[in-house]
Amino acid sequence: MSLTAIVFYVLSSVTVLSAVMVIAARNPVHSVLFLILAFFNSAGLFVLLGAELLAMLLVIVYVGAVAVLFLFVVMMLDINFVRLREGFLRYFPIGVLIGAVLAAELVFVVGTWVLTPEMAGNLRQPTPEDVTNTRALGQLIYTDYVFVFQTAGMILLTAMIGAIVLTLRKRPGVKRQNIAQQLARSPETAIEIKKVKTGEGI
Amino acid sequence: MDGFLFDYLPILILTLIAVVVSGLFIVLALTVYPDRPDPEKLSAYESGFDAFGDARGKFDVRFYLVAILFIIFDLEVAFLFPWVVALKDIGLYGWLSMGVFLTILTVGFAYEWKKGALEWE
Amino acid sequence: MATLTVTPVVAEILLAVGAMALLLVGVYGGKRTLSTVWTGSVALVVLAGAAVLWSSDQAPGVQEAFGGMLLLDGFAVFTKVLIAVGSAGVLVMSRGYLVKRDLDRFEYPVLAVLSTLGMFIMVSATDMLTVYVGLELQSLALYVLAAFARDRARSTEAGLKYFVLGALSSGMLLYGISLVYGFAGSTAFTDIAAIAAGDGAAGNIGLIVGLVFVLAGLAFKISAVPFHMWTPDVYEGAPTSVTAFFSAAPKVASMALFVRIAMGAFDDMIDQWQQVAIFLAVASMVVGTGLALVQTNIKRLLAYSSITHVGYVLAALAAGGEAGREAVIYYMAIYITMTAGAFAVVLCMRQDEKYSEDIADLAGLVKTRPALAVAMGILMISLLGFPPFLGFWAKYTAFLAVVDAGLVWLAVIGMIASVVGGYYYLRVVKLMFFDEPAASFEPQRDRGVKGVILTTAVANSPLSLLLFGPLNTAAANASRAFGL
Repeated sequence: MSLTAIVFYVLSSVTVLSAVMVIAARNPVHSVLFLILAFFNSAGLFVLLGAELLAMLLVIVYVGAVAVLFLFVVMMLDINFVRLREGFLRYFPIGVLIGAVLAAELVFVVGTWVLTPEMAGNLRQPTPEDVTNTRALGQLIYTDYVFVFQTAGMILLTAMIGAIVLTLRKRPGVKRQNIAQQLARSPETAIEIKKVKTGEGI
Repeated sequence: MDGFLFDYLPILILTLIAVVVSGLFIVLALTVYPDRPDPEKLSAYESGFDAFGDARGKFDVRFYLVAILFIIFDLEVAFLFPWVVALKDIGLYGWLSMGVFLTILTVGFAYEWKKGALEWE
Repeated sequence: MATLTVTPVVAEILLAVGAMALLLVGVYGGKRTLSTVWTGSVALVVLAGAAVLWSSDQAPGVQEAFGGMLLLDGFAVFTKVLIAVGSAGVLVMSRGYLVKRDLDRFEYPVLAVLSTLGMFIMVSATDMLTVYVGLELQSLALYVLAAFARDRARSTEAGLKYFVLGALSSGMLLYGISLVYGFAGSTAFTDIAAIAAGDGAAGNIGLIVGLVFVLAGLAFKISAVPFHMWTPDVYEGAPTSVTAFFSAAPKVASMALFVRIAMGAFDDMIDQWQQVAIFLAVASMVVGTGLALVQTNIKRLLAYSSITHVGYVLAALAAGGEAGREAVIYYMAIYITMTAGAFAVVLCMRQDEKYSEDIADLAGLVKTRPALAVAMGILMISLLGFPPFLGFWAKYTAFLAVVDAGLVWLAVIGMIASVVGGYYYLRVVKLMFFDEPAASFEPQRDRGVKGVILTTAVANSPLSLLLFGPLNTAAANASRAFGL
């Protein structure tokens, strides 16, 4: 067995096991930690495939941002997770059924792939040999796929608007520091000079 | 085929060092420290809270807003990596297309800023 | 190096730039510019519709843009104009409602414009990547709109439900797309069509499984049974103006996308997708009709009604070919007038400072608000598809296409569903015209709502005989000019 095969089997078995633990762990915080482990190992699998950019993005975006948001949610949300899991056994058979159907389809699909190797020859844009895949992607995303790229920008814009519309609240009565206002103050507006007669209060 | 795996050898070594060092600390902490518990030592200090209980409480939704906005900009940055690597090949066209993309997100940023979503009261 | 062809996508650029401009105007102008943003958004959508017509005049036939990522053909022009009309019509009648519900914020029209942009991209898409980004842009804006009344538990629940199930359907779509890519080697429709036409494609399980997953993802978006579960809850929970928006333009866009993928990319695999379409059609017609019978909430009733109508449209799609395509877009054109009008009437159901959604409150409407009752009556009978109301022509064309394709039994099921469905539409009519008044609604002062009700009621009335001809010709021309 070659080194690559060993690395593959280690990474993929850890991925599968940690994916199982994500749904099996009692403590939701542990679930998220297992999810992060699964992400890391998937990143490793991407490296094995030669897709370094995807691997690094998985680590940066999913581990760095998404999983942290998940942790945030499960650590800070006031939800009784034991009660949430009550339906687990009841829905388990349905889940297994759907999983089995998907698995069977995957087997069929992979079977077709193995039986008709000429399908692999259909690839319109095979991986270029002489450049790294990050560079190859960069050559495509911003030119041939510029429309999709800009639309992705619009989707991110929509996401920003959505997040703010749904969660931002203006609290009344909060004192904020307004630096521009502070700097714009001059002695004329800030200080009032009063003549106080001797012997009298203000 | 196996050759490229050796490119990742430094990462493997780094990971191993991290595992060994952190494992060492845990083992040391469990074995060599003086362990003489008494009830006073284990209870909460004076007016402190009892240390055991559910750590979850209702948190302000603003935490999530910040996290979500971070993810969005994180994704934006992700698009910059391949762009930087391939900038020599894609020339002015690619440069301009990234310009348009960043403009779209700058509009979003201006919106966030004016809305006060980036302020912590 | 890629060359830039801008003419076919002028409308999209207009919508994108306009949405950003409105966003900035709205946020920097505050309360003062709220009306400007609303007017601007309606103008923008109308202008985008006009821009589509202008673009299609610039060159004959099918125009490609961005190296085949998307195109502008007669089919896209027809559906885009339809989407623009639907979006603008619903936007016009939304503001009065939002003001009364204390939801009048400038993000609402901006999100509606962004969603419209997504729909425009969807109907022009000729690459799986374009399909996906267009669909996501459209849906993401709609998720937010569904939860727009964020202080109301039902609205946030609707938004969340829509989001979770929508994300699931996007996942299925992506899974399907990746399988199709794996076996066809490309995401472009032309390449997929070439592979699908080759020998061995019909026996290629990978391609078929991919196709089915893509169609399942799309069935979620058009709320066809068995992927309809979200529809009644989301329709009921979302603010009524948002529900009206859901039921009009996005349905047209998703349906057009369904046509584009089935008849564009997979035209030669009709035997495979036809089964799926027939199954979805029968299930939608039967389940939609059956569950609509027991509804007491007008928004849920209209939700099930929309599911049933999607069933009829899918039956027309299953007929395949140019006639099926024509019937689909013709049906959608008529359907948005009916549904937009019905929701405009629901927007008038306001009494005691509250909006009512109870069908029973419509009782005796003819005595309190005769004009409204007549309009609603026309719309209900048109939804039922009774000749010579406009809805009849839609069903007629659809069933004709189905029968011509040799699927007589499918047409029979459709007709039975129509007859049974007649019960719940006529129940509303009976309530309005023959029962004692139950509630007195406040007079509607909003000119937008009045205008939409008047327009749709007149269009759906027997006067529609005048409309039937030109619309039919336009749909036939659009169907013939299907680029891919």
